Amino acid sequence: MEDLHDIALTVNGVHRTARVPARRLLSDLLRHDLGLTGTHVGCEHGVCGCCTVLMDGDPVRSCLTFAVTAAGHAVTTVEGLAAPDGTPSPVQRAFRECHGLQCGFCTPGFLCTVTALLRETPRPTEDEVLEGISGNLCRCTGYQNIVKSVHRAAELLAESGGEA
Amino acid sequence: MKPPPFRHHAPRTAGEALGMLADAPQGKVLAGGQSLIPLLNMRLAAPPDLVDINGVAELDVLHVGDEGVRAGALARHARVERSVEAAAVQPLLGRALRHVAHPVIRNRGTVVGSLAHADPAAELPAVLAVLGGTVEAASARGRRTIPAAEFFKGPLESALAPGELAVAAFFPAAPPRTGSAFTEMARRHGDYALSGVAAVVTLDEDLRVGAVRAGYLGIAPVPLVLDLTEAAGPRGDWPAAAAYVRERIDPETDIHASARYRRHLTGVLTERALATAAAEALRRARD
Ligand code: FES
Ligand code: FES
Repeated sequence: MEDLHDIALTVNGVHRTARVPARRLLSDLLRHDLGLTGTHVGCEHGVCGCCTVLMDGDPVRSCLTFAVTAAGHAVTTVEGLAAPDGTPSPVQRAFRECHGLQCGFCTPGFLCTVTALLRETPRPTEDEVLEGISGNLCRCTGYQNIVKSVHRAAELLAESGGEA
Repeated sequence: MKPPPFRHHAPRTAGEALGMLADAPQGKVLAGGQSLIPLLNMRLAAPPDLVDINGVAELDVLHVGDEGVRAGALARHARVERSVEAAAVQPLLGRALRHVAHPVIRNRGTVVGSLAHADPAAELPAVLAVLGGTVEAASARGRRTIPAAEFFKGPLESALAPGELAVAAFFPAAPPRTGSAFTEMARRHGDYALSGVAAVVTLDEDLRVGAVRAGYLGIAPVPLVLDLTEAAGPRGDWPAAAAYVRERIDPETDIHASARYRRHLTGVLTERALATAAAEALRRARD
């Protein structure tokens, strides 16, 4: 029998606890133990970026992070990006407006990555956008509309005074 | 695609970590995990114990002094990449870091972890090697400093012994009148490079080329360092240096590129990197 670890962490502002084996990936903790299936899992070895979540504000691959390592930290998933009343965040609105998604499989990863990107670089150049999303793969859109969405999100954020 | 079971150890101090490693000689150290966890997920590795050093605050250090940059075992790529102080003392480090995987991976991955992983296609081993840096290793039995030239033993194989923890890496400062450059070519942005070079050029007092060194990734089982001082000559004949490099290297063919292409590419990258490094050396010499 594998040893189980009691862990506690903050997910989308809520204190959560779970009892998991050491090998539980953060992505599986979120999806299976906590029921937050918004975080998607594509490759499970760090290549596709679908599973990207924010840990203490920084985007990280949840498939390359163990739940036991995330214990004590604050995690934000795609479910935590909208305002408490459900209003989509500027980044989410921009993706909807610019058709930055088709099937939506890659979208949670893009939304988390871009949210952090614009926090750090509020007016990114084209190159900064490309570099910023280079670790996220999309099989549908051909990226054009995703790049547009990022620029549009930067505009929306500027209008709203930088509030994500 | 799920990691195999392991025992998880979460030390709070470096001393505790060394004790745990001594008791688990087959164990592995988990820092950023950006190389180790893919290996676990794909079941290419199945260590019985993982010593997770993410909670060891004393290893989360970055020290920049006149002599160079010392990155503790938990200094993440992103932190070192953004350090203005580190860039002032040794600009080559940040230049190479921008080529390491993707920004999101660099938020977790560590400098020391990249070195300990000893991937011959990785950027940082070539940087440590060309700069003549060192890795500080500690175990329950004591500490030692391992020069880069002795640290990389083979693909994914370092000189670290069972029970040893790489506590820090040291990158010496750039000497006066010295410039550096990093360039690589990959099929896809952020992917493993087909070939890459970290170049360092130092001018003498009369602004002639005094020393030329280049460290290579992706073309040998361990980072390859070549002294190109003679091949380039005092006036800096970069095409001649590149021709010398093409002669000297023996890259392999794989699905990404043929040996012939790698050899050609390595020459082109060498010429480019040396010219860029020399221009910077001249700027710094005139400042
Ligand atoms: S599922 Fe994590 S990067 Fe693909
Ligand atoms: S929208 Fe389908 S993978 Fe990106």
